[in-house]
Amino acid sequence: MSPETSIIAALIVPLVGAIGIALAGRISPNVREAVTLTTAGALAWIVWGLLPIVFAGGRPGVTLAEVLPGINIAFEIEPLGMMFALLASSLWIVNSVYSIGYMRGANEKNQTRFYVMFAVSLAAAIGIAFAGNLFTLFLCYEILTLSTYPLVSHKGDKNTINSARIYLGVLLTTSIGLLLPAIIWTYSVAGTGDFVMGGILDGKLSGPAVGLLLGLFVFGVGKAAVMPVHRWLPAAMVAPTPVSALLHAVAVVKAGVFTVTKVIVYIFGVDFLFAEPSSSWLLYAAAFTIITASIVALRQTNLKRLLAYSTIAQLSYVVMAAAILKPLAEIGAAIHMLAHAFGKITLFFAAGAIYVAAKKTELHQLKGIGRRMPITMTAFTIGALSMIGVPPTGGFVSKWYILAGAFEADNYVALATIIASTVLNAAYFLPIVYMIWFIKEEPGGKEHGEAPWQSVLALAITAALTIGFFLFNGPALELERQLVEGMS
Amino acid sequence: MNALDAHLPALQVVVPMLLSAIVVMLKPRGLAWAATTATSAVAFAISIELARLTLDGATINYAMGGWPAPFGIALGVDAFSALVLLVVTGASTVTLIGARASVDSEIALERQPFFYSAWLLALAGLAGIVVAADAFNIFVFMEISSLASYVLIAGGPDRRALPAVFKYLIMGTIGATFYLIGVGLIYMMTGTLNLADMELRIHEVADQKPILAAAGFITVGLGLKAAVFPLHVWLPNAYAYAPHMVTAFLAACATKVSIYVLLRFDFFVFQENLTGHAFQFSAFLLPLALLGILIGSGVAMFEKNLKRLFAFSSVAQIGYIILGASLVSVAGLTASILHIFNHALAKGALFLVAAAFAMNAGGLRLADLGGIGKRMPWTFGAFVIAGLSLIGIPGTAGFISKWYLISAVMELGVPGIAIIAVIIISSLMAVVYIWRVVEVAWFGEPAEPGVAAPTIPPMLIAAIWICALANLYFGIAPQLPADLAGSASQLLLDHLP
Repeated sequence: MSPETSIIAALIVPLVGAIGIALAGRISPNVREAVTLTTAGALAWIVWGLLPIVFAGGRPGVTLAEVLPGINIAFEIEPLGMMFALLASSLWIVNSVYSIGYMRGANEKNQTRFYVMFAVSLAAAIGIAFAGNLFTLFLCYEILTLSTYPLVSHKGDKNTINSARIYLGVLLTTSIGLLLPAIIWTYSVAGTGDFVMGGILDGKLSGPAVGLLLGLFVFGVGKAAVMPVHRWLPAAMVAPTPVSALLHAVAVVKAGVFTVTKVIVYIFGVDFLFAEPSSSWLLYAAAFTIITASIVALRQTNLKRLLAYSTIAQLSYVVMAAAILKPLAEIGAAIHMLAHAFGKITLFFAAGAIYVAAKKTELHQLKGIGRRMPITMTAFTIGALSMIGVPPTGGFVSKWYILAGAFEADNYVALATIIASTVLNAAYFLPIVYMIWFIKEEPGGKEHGEAPWQSVLALAITAALTIGFFLFNGPALELERQLVEGMS
Repeated sequence: MNALDAHLPALQVVVPMLLSAIVVMLKPRGLAWAATTATSAVAFAISIELARLTLDGATINYAMGGWPAPFGIALGVDAFSALVLLVVTGASTVTLIGARASVDSEIALERQPFFYSAWLLALAGLAGIVVAADAFNIFVFMEISSLASYVLIAGGPDRRALPAVFKYLIMGTIGATFYLIGVGLIYMMTGTLNLADMELRIHEVADQKPILAAAGFITVGLGLKAAVFPLHVWLPNAYAYAPHMVTAFLAACATKVSIYVLLRFDFFVFQENLTGHAFQFSAFLLPLALLGILIGSGVAMFEKNLKRLFAFSSVAQIGYIILGASLVSVAGLTASILHIFNHALAKGALFLVAAAFAMNAGGLRLADLGGIGKRMPWTFGAFVIAGLSLIGIPGTAGFISKWYLISAVMELGVPGIAIIAVIIISSLMAVVYIWRVVEVAWFGEPAEPGVAAPTIPPMLIAAIWICALANLYFGIAPQLPADLAGSASQLLLDHLP
């Protein structure tokens, strides 16, 4: 397959898969799940097939249609997008295995619709990853918002509908209200919205306008959950856990910070932004989000909501790292997307496994649960350590690079934020870890063991990836080094 | 150009008009519908051919009976007319394709031939307004289409349509009269009714005051017909209580034809011929457009009846069209004319969906629609697509016109930011009113339990999906309407020195 065909195939395979899942859903659940896994496998195979080309410095691209003069639906792969696509497509396989155990174990209704919309969401995520210009990215971004709405509102009861309304409301409001004007503004001053190494705005825009445009972008991308546009993420926790795991720890939220990073690197240009003082507010906004979200997480009593606030903080790590505007920090931003993804998906998988096996969702219910679910809770512990950034987990690697970048830029705000948030992370994760292993279970609880084996297998894999990323992160670093070539 | 092509402007009007007389006599069941649909399809084919001929900016002039203008009746079709003709005949044809079952359920069999005859008269009238090249014939066709529309709107089983249509009749007549007064004043000063001729002779008029008065009368009169805020009050009830198919047809094109006349008259005759007219035109219409956008969307957010909700949304969408035009720039006019096309696609689809819902629910209040999306998933899917287009989500036709409109407003510089804010706020309001329906239709419970399996006429579903897919197609490949709109706005502005 030529790279161009591969790109189109990567976009079409999940959509074809969605149709296949819908049809197979009428035959039997087993056939349907087989179609899901085949689709996920095929997608990952195609995306991995593109990696050697990008590694060698290739930037394969394809233009599908010219919508308006100068505005195309076009795709082009660069290192950041390559990594995001690899992440989303590979974890989709693991997540599908997990979903089988979870959805059946929890007796969820409308499972066919669930798997269909999941496949559509993945197509949109791949579209975001490969988008060659702002317009294409925006198109896929909105498709992702809309296709995840049925997943968030899956249960269909009153509480869920209200939360789904917040989800959709925040994401659509920010994207139409801020991101779209930002994109149109970019097209009108630069004459293009293509992602170009070094940016397209140098010499076209200066002064406070740069900071304003950056603001429109950062808050317009609601999926990056920089405060105050973070409210949708806790609301999205009403979704079945596999959705929270893959979409609201990986695909959707990473699509947000990915977009922010991509805009900083390819639209503004790192050096251009560094020289423009009006853009410096972003670092403070991200730092504020990190600290505030961590403090809010401290006060949560529901496990998934705690994880959601932890995600908000971790997303702003990526934004802050990107806002440091130094090569090492940009690498750190890219790597943190990976490291956080492995750790957070493990945590969500564990939360879902607890729900399926024990029907427990609140923190205080988790006393002594480690004895009953040793594999799950071991994985949970690994995930929690990665969030704090303790070696030997992936979280340590990315934090290292972000810190190195902060040192390089002599950026003490970023340094202090990272240190403070590490303490806070420890403060809300370690008590849970202590509780699940060392406090005795309250008597009279339900007898239960581990969740269905598919779920346990999935979370074991992601826990292994979290550790594995600490040991084998060379290729990812190598790939993302291409991102910062030529930066000062 | 072959021999037939030369006659197309006339055939565009003559074919439906003649057939409307014949349709009255087609008593056997279904025959009147078939003949009307076929006629409308022919009219649609003619307008496609006209669009093809005028795409490059050409104008086809036609002198009725060989009498040359300005003495005979002159017709003319250019890119602007062609685009509006496409909208009018396309809306009529697609609606008719899906109309049969819905009309059967609303209109007694023996009255159907008259109903379809009125439909063709309305079609002929609307097409006539667009092709007519002189002010008086525009008025004549306006009356034909209006009278036929009153009949159509009042023709349904809903008695509430009668006061609604009475209001429409009174206000429509005032609008037409204002227009006629304006035309009379101009005729008094220039001695001609032909628009092209008027444009030339108006220079020679020494005293501009009567012309100024005429401009005022014509703008207000046509604004009334076009339901420009705050002259829209006739519209919501007329749309809400008309037979569903009539609403789908008229909502897609009727007000737009009045906007067409407004733009054409203004840019051909008044702009640059009256001192300060461009400013007066903008200063009058721009605030009204903005208010219409905000208030129309705002009311739609709280409206409880589905068709009234869509109708108020139409008031807002008309605001967008007027807004683009009031900028008096190529980009603005292009956005405005393009939105005439794109809004017709979205609103046509939505009113067709309303018709399908109405056949299967107790009524069209939102409370009646609980859970209807789950019972009619295909109809509901089309509703979501058309709704997204109305909001302006990328990938749909509505997005393209919003993009053009915002780009046009950006040319204004800093004052444009306020206008952009209005456009965006209104888009977000559209999210609210569309999503209210989505939530009720998908998550709601049926008003009365144990509802029968839905009856969904396949032809209606086909019509709905033609519209829905057109919304997607013209969102990805908008070249045809965008080119026509571009040529049209060039044409309007080329008249200005």
